[in-house]
Amino acid sequence: MRTGVFVCWCGLNIGGVVDVPRVVQEISGYPGVARAVDYRYMCSDPGQQLIKDTIREERLDSVVIAACSPGMHEATFQSVAESAGVNPYRCEIANIREQCSWPHQNEPGEATRKAIELVRAAVEKVRGDEALSALSISVTRRALVIGAGIAGMQAALDIAEAGHEVVLVERLPHIGGHMAQLSETFPTLDCSQCILTPKTSEVGRHPRIRLLTNSEVESVSGYVGNFTVRIRRRATYVNWDLCTGCGLCTEKCPSKTPSAFERGLAKEPAITIAFPQAVPHKPVIRAEACRHFTSGRCGVCEKVCPVGAIDFEQQDLVLEEKVGAIVVATGYDLHPKAKVGEYGYGVYPDVIDGLEFERLNSASGPTQGEIRRPSDGKVPKEVVFIQCVGSRDQENGYPYCSKICCMYTAKHARLYKHKVPDGQPYVFYMDVRAGGKGYEEFVQQATDEGVLYLRGRVARVFQDGDKLVVFGVDTLSGKKVEIHADMVVLATAVVPASGAKELARALKMATDQYGFFSEAHPKLRPVESLTRGIYIAGCAQAPKDIPDTVTQAGSAAAKVLALFSAERLSHSPTVAAVDEELCSGCGVCVEACAYDARTLDVRRRVAVVNDVLCEGCGACAVACPNGATRQKNMARSQVLSMIDAVVG
Amino acid sequence: MRPSEMGYPYFPGCTLRAKARGFESSALASARVLGIHLEELPNWQCCGATFPLQVDNSFPLVSPARTLASARKMGERLVTLCSACYNVLKRTNHVMRTEADRRDKVNAFIEEGYRGDLEVVHFLEVLRDDLGFDALARSAKVPLSGLAAAPYYGCLLLRPADELAFDDPEAPHILEDFLSALGCRVVDHPYKIECCGSYVALEPGELASGPSRMVVESARARGAQVIITSCPLCQYNLDVSQQGACGRNGAGVPVIYFTQLLAIALGLPEDVLGFEGHVISPGPLLRSVGAMGSEATA
Repeated sequence: MRTGVFVCWCGLNIGGVVDVPRVVQEISGYPGVARAVDYRYMCSDPGQQLIKDTIREERLDSVVIAACSPGMHEATFQSVAESAGVNPYRCEIANIREQCSWPHQNEPGEATRKAIELVRAAVEKVRGDEALSALSISVTRRALVIGAGIAGMQAALDIAEAGHEVVLVERLPHIGGHMAQLSETFPTLDCSQCILTPKTSEVGRHPRIRLLTNSEVESVSGYVGNFTVRIRRRATYVNWDLCTGCGLCTEKCPSKTPSAFERGLAKEPAITIAFPQAVPHKPVIRAEACRHFTSGRCGVCEKVCPVGAIDFEQQDLVLEEKVGAIVVATGYDLHPKAKVGEYGYGVYPDVIDGLEFERLNSASGPTQGEIRRPSDGKVPKEVVFIQCVGSRDQENGYPYCSKICCMYTAKHARLYKHKVPDGQPYVFYMDVRAGGKGYEEFVQQATDEGVLYLRGRVARVFQDGDKLVVFGVDTLSGKKVEIHADMVVLATAVVPASGAKELARALKMATDQYGFFSEAHPKLRPVESLTRGIYIAGCAQAPKDIPDTVTQAGSAAAKVLALFSAERLSHSPTVAAVDEELCSGCGVCVEACAYDARTLDVRRRVAVVNDVLCEGCGACAVACPNGATRQKNMARSQVLSMIDAVVG
Repeated sequence: MRPSEMGYPYFPGCTLRAKARGFESSALASARVLGIHLEELPNWQCCGATFPLQVDNSFPLVSPARTLASARKMGERLVTLCSACYNVLKRTNHVMRTEADRRDKVNAFIEEGYRGDLEVVHFLEVLRDDLGFDALARSAKVPLSGLAAAPYYGCLLLRPADELAFDDPEAPHILEDFLSALGCRVVDHPYKIECCGSYVALEPGELASGPSRMVVESARARGAQVIITSCPLCQYNLDVSQQGACGRNGAGVPVIYFTQLLAIALGLPEDVLGFEGHVISPGPLLRSVGAMGSEATA
């Protein structure tokens, strides 16, 4: 063996603590080490050149780099080694920064001793490393996007425009998500539908987007480039191939129940198209509200349909799709009513949330855009807006900031003032967080227009006659405030969409403690999940506004396109392998595997490894009772000699 | 739980032997009728009166901890009536259950090995969970449908919510459910969990009587004829705040303990009610709605 050892100073990061020349000196005489050198920044171009030159001069067959974490630069040094003719899997990293100089800043002597031991262990490991070549994986150039709100639509359109097929799955019968419910948008007050409908119709007619509405992802198997997805397309009881969307059935349907799209502020028929601009513009029957299904005695829609599209016998369909990448864009919900007892939300009809206010303000909403309160249809003359309801609330809600509420509350108060010029809007706030292009100016405009901002919390809201009495405090004047309002609007916390947890389980994706999907790195990999080939966009990851959502969706699409641009994908070859002579087929490894990479070949009674699913974590090798499973380049003998090098 | 099995150690507390005698006598008489056996703790002492809010001061926990330790020897659940006793005992129990350092310190002092493995329950909880409000409704003999009653919780039953876990601190309903079981018309009012004024009531002037008057007014304005509480301090404050004009001319709203109403509903003799000493006498009202007979004094 001819190993080269390259010790990095990392400026003062390592060199300020560890005695680097001493490490070089100690390791120079170690068995198998042909040459040891140090350099100030080994990752720099001259540092890389030093490695290449030394490999050639000393005819090295393996290298050890003593530097920062392999998470930072393993790939860099592997490719340097490869370019100079050393197999990249015979390049090992001894982490003497994160695991040595940084935590032991105050004990340089001990740090130096530890660095020497870490380097020795790496030399022992590389001695046993096999020359391996990367595994190659095929790529299905077809993407699945889950959720067709603004995030999912944007990602789907970007991928489809680049020439790839997209399967876009939406749980509701129509696309557009929450943005379709909004009236106007900040900070420009342009109509949400006006900027959304070009996107929804483009998605609806795009030749490369396969739109599956009224559908949900049931399960996902496979791996990057090769996912198999099962999708349940729930029965609509309307044959959409025949239906012309004329709407006669929805006019004649006798059963009217509260509309989810209108947040319960209006009723809709059991056979319904949720809103006029809905895409697809086809009705669905809500079986739970339909008299045919609940009592068996109706069928008006069937009688009036001019094309015979009503099909009460329609069944759910389970489809299987093969895709190479997945974008999760499942969006958000608002903090549930039952949890805001102190404000009487869910008890008093005129205490509403932000999305309900959007519907009251929408031209296609229950009041045709006039601000009329739900209880009696009166135009409210005093409206109290309360921010941070459930957000920034460690005790009764969530500690995080929901990010969009300061802006949409300012928007609501302004829109109200525009429509009811003699009305008085009040906003109770903790801080006004208006970071964003044109945002602070937008809030300033609200105060200029007569919106009264009160810095403080509201303790209680209760009904007194036809007024809502609001007890609050203005912490700037130090006074208790009591407002007899006609309507109260709560900026309730943004929470993950219902079903996100179940989907995370199906996709084997990590979520944070609140249920938002976890990104691979909060700064540098914000749209990638920890599972290769699965990306995140929009409020599924964290609360965010439309501009940020569109940006993130585009970024997720770019990651998918980069994946699709490769002929084949490579996968690390340092995976588990089975010595079939030793394997008894007990199946302990199958249990131990978190990635579904281990299965039993029942006929041959041996365990097998699916190389491309294996993440090389080593759990199965540890679990195997008779040493039949081994981890490539982390053999038992390697581990033992590494331990010897450290303690011996 | 079958009625024959409903036996509990019971902690009365000092107020029930002084200003709030009717609270206890009505409760004990009602419990007897309902098959709930409340066995008074022998040698009980002060509940602690107020829970020590300083984390580093464990000395005031000694008295309640001794009560808890002796109750544990008698049973698994200790019943209280007074909201303040309930609050102090339950919170002390929480400390003994969850804070090893303070537990060890207090145990060393009282020479016990108590670990918080007792449940402190309020009599309302016994009625709801062990007897059941449905069974209670079946036991009621005197119809109260003519009575508009406003529940008043105050603070001690509900907060701190994570330690007491008694009811939803923002929208409680156990008293409403209790009143409904007795057949009353329940009057909801916004001040039902606001402060009664607490010990500030000992100071003269508006600061003291203001909060109580707000509570009474909010209930009266919504049609309440009577206010129901489980706290002697609340009862005192709300009642005394009406001393003066409204009290004298008979327009006041009586403030009574839930157990007094319970005893009436169960048709128990008036001598267990203990209405003596109320500023706003409940007698005339209760007679006018047919809840009490006409001849007795109150």
